[in-house]
Amino acid sequence: MSAPKSLFDKVWDAHVVRKIEDGPDVFLIDRHFIHEVTSPVAFLGLESRGLGVLFPNRTFATADHNTPTINQHLPVQDPLSANQLKALETNSAKYGISHWGLGHAKNGIVHVVGPENGITLPGMTIVCGDSHTSTHGAFGAIAFGIGTSEVEMVLSSQCIMQPKPKKMRVTINGKLGKGVLPKDVTLFIISKLSAAGATGYFCEYAGDVFENMSMEGRMTVCNMSIEMGARGGMIAPDETTFAYLKGREQAPKGEAWERALAYWKTLKTDEGTVFDIEYTFDAAEIEPQITYGTNPGLGTGISQNIPQAANVLDGAASYAKSLNYMGFAENEQIIGKAIDYVFLGSCTNGRIEDFRAFASIVKGRKKADNVTAWLVPGSHIVESQIKEEGILDILTEAGFALRQPGCSACLAMNDDKIPAGKYAVSTSNRNFEGRQGPGARTLLASPLVAAAAAVTGKVTDPREFL
Amino acid sequence: MAYDKFTILKSTAVPMPIENVDTDQIIPARFLKATSRVDFDKNLFRDWRYNNDDSPKADFVLNNPIYSGKILVGGRNFGSGSSREHAAWAIYDYGFRCVVSSFFADIFKGNALNIGILPVQVSEDFLHKIFTAIEADPKAELEINLPAQTVTILATGESESFAINGYKKNNMINGYDDIDYLQSMKAEISDFADKSLY
Repeated sequence: MSAPKSLFDKVWDAHVVRKIEDGPDVFLIDRHFIHEVTSPVAFLGLESRGLGVLFPNRTFATADHNTPTINQHLPVQDPLSANQLKALETNSAKYGISHWGLGHAKNGIVHVVGPENGITLPGMTIVCGDSHTSTHGAFGAIAFGIGTSEVEMVLSSQCIMQPKPKKMRVTINGKLGKGVLPKDVTLFIISKLSAAGATGYFCEYAGDVFENMSMEGRMTVCNMSIEMGARGGMIAPDETTFAYLKGREQAPKGEAWERALAYWKTLKTDEGTVFDIEYTFDAAEIEPQITYGTNPGLGTGISQNIPQAANVLDGAASYAKSLNYMGFAENEQIIGKAIDYVFLGSCTNGRIEDFRAFASIVKGRKKADNVTAWLVPGSHIVESQIKEEGILDILTEAGFALRQPGCSACLAMNDDKIPAGKYAVSTSNRNFEGRQGPGARTLLASPLVAAAAAVTGKVTDPREFL
Repeated sequence: MAYDKFTILKSTAVPMPIENVDTDQIIPARFLKATSRVDFDKNLFRDWRYNNDDSPKADFVLNNPIYSGKILVGGRNFGSGSSREHAAWAIYDYGFRCVVSSFFADIFKGNALNIGILPVQVSEDFLHKIFTAIEADPKAELEINLPAQTVTILATGESESFAINGYKKNNMINGYDDIDYLQSMKAEISDFADKSLY
């Protein structure tokens, strides 16, 4: 009998074309997503080497990082952004790659549109020149971010060269408390492991907390895996996964579906598999979370005070630098801190469930006068759902407006920049210095915490409203 | 893009004893809009290096003329965050050939190796010794010996070995890259891909 294998091992081993002694594995990629920012230099590289694209039908292009979130029907104002968008369009056309550019009905953030169109499937290997590619692991795929040199490798050979990461498993059992969302689960894990705690590992999430999560929730969790340093995260596919995929445009149909399903059902970690490291937490420990520092590991339960340096994993000097940037001090209460901006969106929390959660709190209430709120759906499909479900009416009634899809203020490449010194409660994934605009101060949180802040103008425990 | 071969590098070093130097600090997103690899070095550490009016911040290490060299020494968890290879390009094009830290984020490490920057991971203790040596004498030199896989503080003779897989080491020494390797096995890849489920 063969040794027990993890979900990760099963998918990884099925994609190794060649093992190099004392070197990386040559690793086949099933699906490759590209966007406008990290692909142009890869296409230049192909040209300078005289190479083509080996399997153009395994690469998908969408414009997201640089796109405006208002007036998308007008020409893009910033000439550099317009130039990048044009380059993606031209390169895609030249090599026969499917391109969902600005204005396309299926355009949106790459990690939102891949799953919602059934491009992402269990057991696949998926890469993109974007670290949040880990999102697709929610389907039991091995998915991770790559650099531009690797984008060029995938285009020209459908492979990259990767040392196999070590295996980590995070298990959480129990029942999540009131107002605790998947975002809180992932921020909690990262606060326990630190922003570097999973570096060198690929993480599997197990336990009934993840089994009971929707696909949207699982995507939120896997998305943030990179924020603890993990190359990616994954969750074994199950009936929830299959129900989500069935009927999606590019998912297999008919007999092909049945064949795929039979394979997908084998994609789980065998009993007795040994991981390089394991962590176990109790769901009851997790309350709504918020970050107070300048890396995603610096977060805490919303009712707690900002920890003292001695109680965090970062060094004292770096911790002091972080709090200084944020304008916070050790031992301060976070609840009650005045905020200026709220951002709902991104590949972490820009899906329909996130808008439902946000609406559940702002319904019948009003946006605080001191708050500027940017609500950015992850895709046009999400935008349509928001309208069809009547969520837009709730938001409008409460004084909020909906913007058009894109990465927006998550990385502030377009005009959606939080001004210097201002505080933003953001459902995105990174609170690094200047991430949301030079000098911007980011507090990462769930859509419920964002909604509670949006209606009160300060950091507020969302459980007060539930 | 071809890069310079790497064997033995003897150089002064620029100290940056800060943990979790993320790629948004190395190069902020708003400077990623080029469609070719030009001028990224100008925006290396942009918001730590310059004020809003583009004047240099005097207290930032790259603006301090007593520090220079081809080696950047950073605190723990260097290069965390975004997968942007632009961060590695900015470091290389500025003139660094080697980054020393006690811990690297995975994607940055891979990107660095792919473009010709050697990431050298040392112990926390040895990193501290390097910072101390540079603090004592900003002209203190380090020697990075890739064939022997050692890093040495020349002033004190203290040395530590570092890990790198044989394949990547050979690439760095000869200036090869993965794309060449993959092209050489294209038929094998196509056969494999034809049999895959997706």
